[in-house]
Amino acid sequence: MTEPDLIKLLMGNEAMGQGLIEAGCQVAAAYPGTPSTEILQAVIDSRQRALEPLHVEWSVNEKIAFEVALAASYTGKRSVAVMKQVGLNVAADPFMRTAYLGVQGGMLTIVADDPGPHSSQNEQDTRLFCLQARVPVLDPASPLEAKEMIAAAFALSEKYERNIVLRPTTRICHSRQNVALLPPLKLDRRANFKKDPTRWAATPAFLPALHRKLNANLAQIAREADWQPRLTPGNQSHPRTALVAAGIVFSHLVDLLAELDLSGQVDLYQVLMPYPLSPSFMETLRRDYDRVLVLEETYPVIELQLAHPGSVGKQGGGVPPEGELTPDVIHRVLTAFLGLESPAAVATEGRGQRPSLCPGCPHRAAFYAIKKTFPQGIFPSDIGCYTLGMNLGAVNTVHCMGACISQGAGFYQAYAQDGEFPTIVVTIGDSTFFHAGIPALINAVIQQTRMIVVILDNATAAMTGGQPVPHMGVAAGGKATKGVAIEPLVKACGVAFLETCDPYDHERFETLLKNADTYLRSDKGGVAVLISRHGCIMDPRVRKNQAATIVRINDKCIGCRKCTNAFECPALIFDEEGRVAQVDRDRCIGCGTCIPVCPVDAIGREEP
Amino acid sequence: MKQQIIVSGIGGQGVLFLTRVIAQVAVNRGLAVLTSETHGMAQRGGTVLSTIKVGSFAGPLIRTAQGDLGFFLWEANLPVHRGLLKPEGRLLISSDQAGEGARINATAMARALGNPVLANLVLLGFAVKQGALFCRARECEAAIRQLAPEKFVVQNLQAFEQGMAET
Repeated sequence: MTEPDLIKLLMGNEAMGQGLIEAGCQVAAAYPGTPSTEILQAVIDSRQRALEPLHVEWSVNEKIAFEVALAASYTGKRSVAVMKQVGLNVAADPFMRTAYLGVQGGMLTIVADDPGPHSSQNEQDTRLFCLQARVPVLDPASPLEAKEMIAAAFALSEKYERNIVLRPTTRICHSRQNVALLPPLKLDRRANFKKDPTRWAATPAFLPALHRKLNANLAQIAREADWQPRLTPGNQSHPRTALVAAGIVFSHLVDLLAELDLSGQVDLYQVLMPYPLSPSFMETLRRDYDRVLVLEETYPVIELQLAHPGSVGKQGGGVPPEGELTPDVIHRVLTAFLGLESPAAVATEGRGQRPSLCPGCPHRAAFYAIKKTFPQGIFPSDIGCYTLGMNLGAVNTVHCMGACISQGAGFYQAYAQDGEFPTIVVTIGDSTFFHAGIPALINAVIQQTRMIVVILDNATAAMTGGQPVPHMGVAAGGKATKGVAIEPLVKACGVAFLETCDPYDHERFETLLKNADTYLRSDKGGVAVLISRHGCIMDPRVRKNQAATIVRINDKCIGCRKCTNAFECPALIFDEEGRVAQVDRDRCIGCGTCIPVCPVDAIGREEP
Repeated sequence: MKQQIIVSGIGGQGVLFLTRVIAQVAVNRGLAVLTSETHGMAQRGGTVLSTIKVGSFAGPLIRTAQGDLGFFLWEANLPVHRGLLKPEGRLLISSDQAGEGARINATAMARALGNPVLANLVLLGFAVKQGALFCRARECEAAIRQLAPEKFVVQNLQAFEQGMAET
């Protein structure tokens, strides 16, 4: 019996964080990324619930998070690595080998997928990644189920000594539900690494046997009783017809069937573990059903393994092969599959307001200066809030963590071999620089690239809600640690031109950009680095410590829209009736960075 | 008891807080509740949407024309999210303009209280007063006390009461 006061309203990510603590996880490592970030944050916020020592870290990147958790598992303790789906690409190297070598203490990798995508550079499916890696993967259908799967997944991991992936999606991560808290486990484990070079340092000679064992284990895991697909039987009104769904799509389907008065009419299977898929389930479907609708996000992982001759899914076009399977999409698919009246097409009504950099964001001032100084420049950028520099025309490419520096180098090499080259200004955030920018910077230097790298240092991982960054000397949960400064790193990468400037200082920032361009075009020129340093405006301490004045627009305004369009501050709005710009008092923070933007001096500070 | 609710706004308007307050009321009452929320880049001033499903549901999303009640903190989102509500679904809109649905100049009232973000709770009070929501005022006040940072509790309750007082 659960005490009523232990029922909490928890976001899926918070529920999983609590599940990790309750399952006796002792080392948790993550790199922030939407939609996964709040999982580790919840572990940090609730770490006092843990009955045993618990190390929590925001690692510098996902590969590192995975390797830290992996070695902790080698000691017999339970560990977890947490990341978003594209983070698994970064961690792919250790992840793939771990499949063969296995783990000791229970190890989970929680990888949050983003069908849609809502906040990602693609909508890749971690379940398909797991199929290629030969790693079992679990697909929860609700925040509560995601939490409940964690303890069971640790047990499965320890039974077979395998890393297990839990794959929630955005609609699990960022949904809230009534969730019961349970007492945490106390496992009484002391770190005890049993050296076994044939396994932990396996050379190719040992790998065929390890691979054989992996395949044997996968066959056993596929038959595990607790992880078999669950059947909700129908009433034979739709004979030899089955609905198969996994993840949040299953929940959408349950609600839709209830709404259409179809609950309990069609045989309905929920797949809990899409890989390795249960062989008896596949056999049952082939034997007992002629038509099977397969609903899953985002790639046809179950469908591919089923290879059912009567399946309707993403391969034959019965289910859209891209995008989120929202209740509306499932409604259309289901009615077509069951031969019911199809719903009227849903009119698309636009996407609403686009996001933009916050009022007072230091990145806006930096981007404006870059675009103004080099109107013909090429601007590779990267992953973070500063992707929104697109709105100012100061971001031309966004690819994956750290790519901007190497892309900048690639642009340079391609142009320079023809002779003239444009000024290339790369923008990269501080957290992204640490994550994957440093090897790229070394490469750019040794390949004699001539370009400007602007490190947008706002002292935090802002996009994901302000996680600590290595140069600030603060670790997870606010614990003091050694800071690793950016400047000596940049110098050690071989960069000879290095300047630091607050982008609020418009004139100096522009001067330094011009100096950097002069340097890189000089005989001994190379990579020039400019650190744009100003704290994230979302941090209340930054707001409190900076001057704020009342910004006014005077009657000199000619309605040219430079401040509302080219500078694009959300606190500046255009009054279509009066044909002039106005300040939105509710949103303006009085930073004054818009003042130099006006060509006719119509923006000014109100004298006290 | 089943109610499907949407909360529509832009990043920074307190859509998530309003969503949590309503869902917490359900939890306190022992009702099953599911929400979905917008996190990530859209929170930087872009259009955001929360859905709240109170009662026995399995999934958090609301299908077209199934919502019972819509809170609009950003009127310009009406064409984007209006379609999620039933034709007879109730609209509660924060606006200084006349138009469809029940309207209240919540931002002006919140500004007078010292913080325009409080428009979210003004709108909540307005909805409760109209009997549009599944719960009563004192339940909302209890949830606000539970969820608001201690130093803002009084101000948050004032915003809620001002919404209640508007007729």
